[in-house]
Amino acid sequence: MNEMLGPAWTAFISVLVVVNIIGCLWLIWWTARPRVGEEAEGAEKNHVWDEDLKELNNPMPRWWLNLFVITVVFALGYLVFFPGLGSFAGTLGWSQSGQHDQRLSTVQAQRDAFYATFDGRDVAELAGDLDAVQAASRLFADNCAGCHGPSGQGALGFPNLADKDWLYGHEPAQIVASISNGRQGVMPPFLATLDPAVADDLIALVSNWKEPPLPQARRAVAEQKFKVTCAACHGQDARGNPLLGAPNLSDDIWLHGGSTEQIRQTVMFGRQGAMPAHKERLSETEIRLLAAYVYRLSGQADQ
Amino acid sequence: MTSPTLPSYNDTVVRQFALATVLWGIVGMTVGVLIAAQLMWPQLNFDLPWLTYSRLRPLHTNAVIFAFGGCALFATSYWVVQRTCKAPLFLPRLASFTFWGWQAVIVAAAITLPLGITQSKEYAELEWPIDLLIAAVWVAYAVVFFGTIAQRKQRHIYVANWFYGAFILTVAVLHIVNSAAIPFSLTKSYSAYSGTVDAMVQWWYGHNAVGFFLTAGFLGMMYYFVPKQAGRPIYSYRLSVVHFWALISIYMWAGPHHLHYTALPDWVQSLGMVFSLVLLAPSWGGMINGVMTLSGAWHKLREDPIIKFMIVSLSFYGMSTFEGPMMSIKTVNALSHYTDWTIGHVHSGALGWVAMMTIGSLYVLIPRLYGKTEMHSVPAINVHFWLSTIGTVLYITAMWIAGVMQGLMWRAVNEDGTLTYSFIESLQATYPFSFMRLLGGLVFLSGMFVMAWNVWKTVEPERAAMTTVNTAEGAA
Repeated sequence: MNEMLGPAWTAFISVLVVVNIIGCLWLIWWTARPRVGEEAEGAEKNHVWDEDLKELNNPMPRWWLNLFVITVVFALGYLVFFPGLGSFAGTLGWSQSGQHDQRLSTVQAQRDAFYATFDGRDVAELAGDLDAVQAASRLFADNCAGCHGPSGQGALGFPNLADKDWLYGHEPAQIVASISNGRQGVMPPFLATLDPAVADDLIALVSNWKEPPLPQARRAVAEQKFKVTCAACHGQDARGNPLLGAPNLSDDIWLHGGSTEQIRQTVMFGRQGAMPAHKERLSETEIRLLAAYVYRLSGQADQ
Repeated sequence: MTSPTLPSYNDTVVRQFALATVLWGIVGMTVGVLIAAQLMWPQLNFDLPWLTYSRLRPLHTNAVIFAFGGCALFATSYWVVQRTCKAPLFLPRLASFTFWGWQAVIVAAAITLPLGITQSKEYAELEWPIDLLIAAVWVAYAVVFFGTIAQRKQRHIYVANWFYGAFILTVAVLHIVNSAAIPFSLTKSYSAYSGTVDAMVQWWYGHNAVGFFLTAGFLGMMYYFVPKQAGRPIYSYRLSVVHFWALISIYMWAGPHHLHYTALPDWVQSLGMVFSLVLLAPSWGGMINGVMTLSGAWHKLREDPIIKFMIVSLSFYGMSTFEGPMMSIKTVNALSHYTDWTIGHVHSGALGWVAMMTIGSLYVLIPRLYGKTEMHSVPAINVHFWLSTIGTVLYITAMWIAGVMQGLMWRAVNEDGTLTYSFIESLQATYPFSFMRLLGGLVFLSGMFVMAWNVWKTVEPERAAMTTVNTAEGAA
């Protein structure tokens, strides 16, 4: 903004400021001067208002005048050192954006020193280091808890990180890859291609893989349909595929809900899952710390 | 109806404004107590949009500043200007219009703000049709006040009238400039300014509302009622000249300190801070003149609770006008801004200075308005004094502790640069102090009820007598 002020504006502002401040000093000097024929110091002036209101001719208290002059001197000094008189930036070159940048670089240096102790260390090892876990817990609260919840318990559409079920694999390298590059989960919609009666049985089948609530004959048809329609991603045994992020359908963990209606929604209309990439946002060490935190959350550090 | 002692003065409008001051004081402070309670128990909004904190908070500030404070300034300025000019009010019917017009503004505010109709400018929330009415009332006020001064029978203008005059003129300019807006419908308008300029205009207005409405106006009140009640001459004429001109010229610059570390250019922020610091001595000039005027009457502190109100009010004035410049320093402001410290600072001025000076002055004024020498119950004034003092101290102490604590919690960072506390943790830590603040507010409000009772007891017999006389005259 400062550079938008031309010399005329700067002159205008500077004159106003200085005239007002110096004007106060002049006002003190002018008022304090003794007047010809005035009352003695400390005596009543000769005006009376409303029967009994009078004024004394006392001088201004010395300490008060000193206070006034000190603040004026401070003000003029401040305006020499700091911006104030229009586009004159002040001799110290201070600016709030400069102060911000300086504070930020101080904090950044502090952060770098702090994270240096975790540089290059193995995820599984970090998961056993309490200092690392504590630092990671704050990173988790800042970066992950918004979707995955404060204790990593997840929510509908957002995977639970505190269980032993993994969409994209539980190995440290796989977790690091999930955080760094993000993941795109896609379940395509089958509304156009599935016969409604078959769809009902297919949904019944996956809703309880081990004991589906279906007569034997219809179960066999549904299983056949599963093999040609679903198994390519979810596997012949419905145990999922971490390379594709296809969920295990044979367990009782449901990313988008396990009720018949929720499964129907998933099958018929598809689902989109998006884990954003963090490699631009977090350092490599921070990502490994977070991987260690998640690794530990799922109980793997104890094994 | 005329004053029994000095028949030429128009005191009807003074009586109306004086009684309205007590009424609106109770209403405004009751809303304040309710919203303080809502900060503890949010369910006290009863799930009604009209009673939400966001709508009642501007109702509270408008009611205490413009209804309570405004009526007090109208009442006392009309009383003071007539007596110190030895002239009746200029255009008495216009003066009557200022009363009814101002009450209409207050009622309109009390209806529109809970409905959520607002310009969203702090202390200038009212929408454009009400703003127009305010402007009309204010111009009428200026005409009555300066017209009376022009008709004065005494050459010298009394110091209280300088301050009242500066307050009236400046508030007119502030209100008209800041409220400039383009109407969209009857209940909606858009500010004539945008972005940072809008913010700067708003806080130029906002801080001068403090400087001229809540400071200069009440200094006018102080300069009449303190020497009057103490029976002492004003300490120093020279001091009043210097601090008047310095105060009104320097206050004009102080607004930007409300916008430290924002998009406002650095140089404007600096000027706001520098002038706020220079403002310390001019502000204290008024305190010194008031306290030194009282200094010959210390013995009256024992028997006269009105003098107690005045000396405590001046003390809070001195304290908050020291605190203000201090909080305008960028490094202090970085801690205090956006915390409850600001709320504490405002209330040490609003409760400690403005309300206590008003209450003290009304206890002088009301008996005289009804042909008496003192209030119905002087011990009740004493009770009110202690309730006000204890309430104010509880309130501002709570907000100081809460504010500094919040500032420290918000800026605390871990060694990895993350925040030590979440916002909700600072909120939880504030609860005990929110409760203490509520208690302070309740104590202060209870004092206002004591005042209402005392005023009723003082006024009612006289009103009855006046009515009887009028009826008798009518019958005859």
